Amino acid sequence: MLKRRALFVAVPVALGLLGAGCAAPSAPGTGDPRSMLLADGYEPESLNPLLGYGVEGAAKFYDGLLAFDGQSALRPALAGEAPQSTPDAKTWTVKLRDGVRFHDGTPFDAEDVVATYQAAINPAYASTVSSDFDMLADVRSLDPHTVRFDLKIPYAAWPSKLMLGIMPNEQLAEPKSQESSPPNTKPVGTGPYKLVEWRQGDQMTWEANPGYWAGAPAVGKVTVVFAKDDNTRAQRLVSGEFDGTVLPPVLAESVGRDGYRTVHHRTADFRSIALPNRHPVAGDRAVRLALNLAVNREGMIQALLGGHGKPAYAPIPESMGANFEPTARFDFDPERAKKLLDEAGWRVGGDGIRERGGVRAQFTVMYFADDSLRKDLARAFASDAKAVGIQVELAGVDRSAVPDRLATDGIVLGGGNPIDPDPQVYTSLHSSVIGTGTYNNPGQYRNAEVDAALDGGRQEVDQAKRAEFYKQAQRAYVADPGLVYLAFIDHSYVMRDGKWSGYQPPVEPHVHGTTWGPWWNVEAWKPQA
Amino acid sequence: MSRAIGRLVLRRTGFAVPVLVVVAFGVFVLAAASPFDPVHQYYGVELFGTSAADVAQVRARLGLDEPVLVQFWHWATGVFGGDLGVSRSFRQPVAQVVAQRLPWTLLLTATGLALAVVIALMLGTVAAWRQGGWIDRFVTAIGHALEGVPPFVLALLSIAVFSLGLGWLPVAGLTDAGAPVSFGQVAEHLALPALVLGISQSPWLVLHVRQSMLTSLSEDHVIGARARGLAESAVVLRHALPTALLPFVTLIGARVPELVTGAVLVEEVFSWPGLAAAVVTAATAVDYPLLAILTLVATAAVLIGSLFADIAAIVLDPRVATDG
Repeated sequence: MLKRRALFVAVPVALGLLGAGCAAPSAPGTGDPRSMLLADGYEPESLNPLLGYGVEGAAKFYDGLLAFDGQSALRPALAGEAPQSTPDAKTWTVKLRDGVRFHDGTPFDAEDVVATYQAAINPAYASTVSSDFDMLADVRSLDPHTVRFDLKIPYAAWPSKLMLGIMPNEQLAEPKSQESSPPNTKPVGTGPYKLVEWRQGDQMTWEANPGYWAGAPAVGKVTVVFAKDDNTRAQRLVSGEFDGTVLPPVLAESVGRDGYRTVHHRTADFRSIALPNRHPVAGDRAVRLALNLAVNREGMIQALLGGHGKPAYAPIPESMGANFEPTARFDFDPERAKKLLDEAGWRVGGDGIRERGGVRAQFTVMYFADDSLRKDLARAFASDAKAVGIQVELAGVDRSAVPDRLATDGIVLGGGNPIDPDPQVYTSLHSSVIGTGTYNNPGQYRNAEVDAALDGGRQEVDQAKRAEFYKQAQRAYVADPGLVYLAFIDHSYVMRDGKWSGYQPPVEPHVHGTTWGPWWNVEAWKPQA
Repeated sequence: MSRAIGRLVLRRTGFAVPVLVVVAFGVFVLAAASPFDPVHQYYGVELFGTSAADVAQVRARLGLDEPVLVQFWHWATGVFGGDLGVSRSFRQPVAQVVAQRLPWTLLLTATGLALAVVIALMLGTVAAWRQGGWIDRFVTAIGHALEGVPPFVLALLSIAVFSLGLGWLPVAGLTDAGAPVSFGQVAEHLALPALVLGISQSPWLVLHVRQSMLTSLSEDHVIGARARGLAESAVVLRHALPTALLPFVTLIGARVPELVTGAVLVEEVFSWPGLAAAVVTAATAVDYPLLAILTLVATAAVLIGSLFADIAAIVLDPRVATDG
């Protein structure tokens, strides 16, 4: 009997616990301007640069030798000055900044740079960014404040590889896999912020690094809350909880009011349809050209992105300034597409789908099933293709299913980096990368003119001459397109208005979230008087 | 009685060990047969620019090419040696993941279950006592309606009403963003997810209590008590309820699997940093070591739940034979 009574006593206690603090939630986001509260839909899997953390820069806990200036140039960070190269672009020397310390107080010098880059290319560390540094043969310290990189090939884009966060060499003394190494959850860098706490799946708190070499950040505490669901984040923002978050464009527009503003940043983040070039239909030159004329890029951007994007015809965005070739474009001209297909012998059959020599104009396009924008783009592409008599079947797939199907099916791809044209274009279009990796030129596009221009761009250190090579590559590509580039999508954010100054809209890479977006340079923000 | 309970516990434990081993092995076999590739998880988005040669090197380095039996053997010997292995999806030791997250899941599920039990006992008893009255009709209707509502729908609805509509309770997370973990903060954030979990588990319990109360109210000893002119409250609470409690207690044990599933969904919606939310991550990442431990924890919860239910049944009614 006694035991049963215990059950009845326990229950009111539990209810009392629930009653505790049932007050209305305060809105902490409106308070002290020295602390900031952001919400992110994406939680990093690790905070280790060797596993890809902050690989596009803006790594917060870390500095690279160089940092992105938010537009299109690189500026010195842990490097004291711009890197110097030999005329053949094969050897690069970098002078390092003096007097910098890591968060744990150890001094930063050439040994740390050497250790970090060695770990990136040494298989023993199982780094996931190793392929980014394929061209690196060796790195050595010439003195405590100078490092020299020796490359396997002439590579003019090497400065774009100097964004990698530098780790203390003490952490890399032992050559072992990074699958559970301490920096994954407890980063030690030289960056403007230190990690205070990371409750995985919930939130992360950063604190300003008072000894930061560029001056201690004025926003002394940043908390990032992780909430995967877009609608949840939007709802919580409306209740005044957050100082900012990342949202899809249309949703962002709808909540960016009452003290919040919505911003849309330009990017180098493309979405394209890679076509299997050895497929009897999708590999046909006339079909590929016709598809590029048949897709209504502006219509897709209006309907799917609320107008927040730029049409893409080739892999280089307008934001890359001098490297962008404005004449490399396709008009939306379905009539001309039909005419091209007629001339190439693709005749419309009874059901409106074309045929040639018994081959039906039909192929499959895959998209990652968990990405709704890619699904929508694939659908729009299929309907535009159908309008000119080409049937596109769609297949939502998981990432693991892709490698085996790339030779026969198309796929919706995304990616991009505004810092240098080479990393993005070379692996997308150059014939020499075919077969070296799943997503390296997956459609097996081959074009000798494009190859030559891209190789020229790698070897030319003079910026103006280098840009000319990339313009040439774009012109050669649109004459014989191997994919259908659709759009460079804007990244949309909602941020609290009037609390801080220092916002400078950046041009963004493929990655986005609260380390990027308006907060890419949060260390330079000041409370508004 | 205590000796009977001791024997029961021993017998169940002896039975649990092989079950847990088989379950753990099953996880490895199923994960190996799944289309997911663990190397994809290790790489994440970095995979897109990575060459096939580098991926192959990393595979070898992480031991992903070893046969599943070998991987299982490594893991099992590690576990018996006290090393739970490394979680690839969380990039830290499994022990650390579990230590960080298990307490929060236990707190959520215990509170949710306690709430479900209270709701069930109160509403079920009242509904049965006034059978056919408006409370009874209302409770039964709501109960049947809620049976078909998945927990996540309930979760989203409650967020819309209590957090956004009324502003009474915070929406998600363990504490207010940026606030340290404190009793008041956690209690406030626990309220809504625990309530949702509790309510989502309660329909079966409520309807069950009502049914068994109806049965026991019509039993001889209760009718006899009424006839002796005992107070109505005494008749219901002292005579009818204990008889109805017995099947109810065993039912609670049987609800543990549902509770585990419910916890996964509720943790996901409320961004509750518990272990259940890690299940999805571990599964899609083919994170063998973590997945196996999580599955073992869930299996153990089910086994312990049914053991407790049986113990409670013995305590409440000595006539119940142990495992008989």
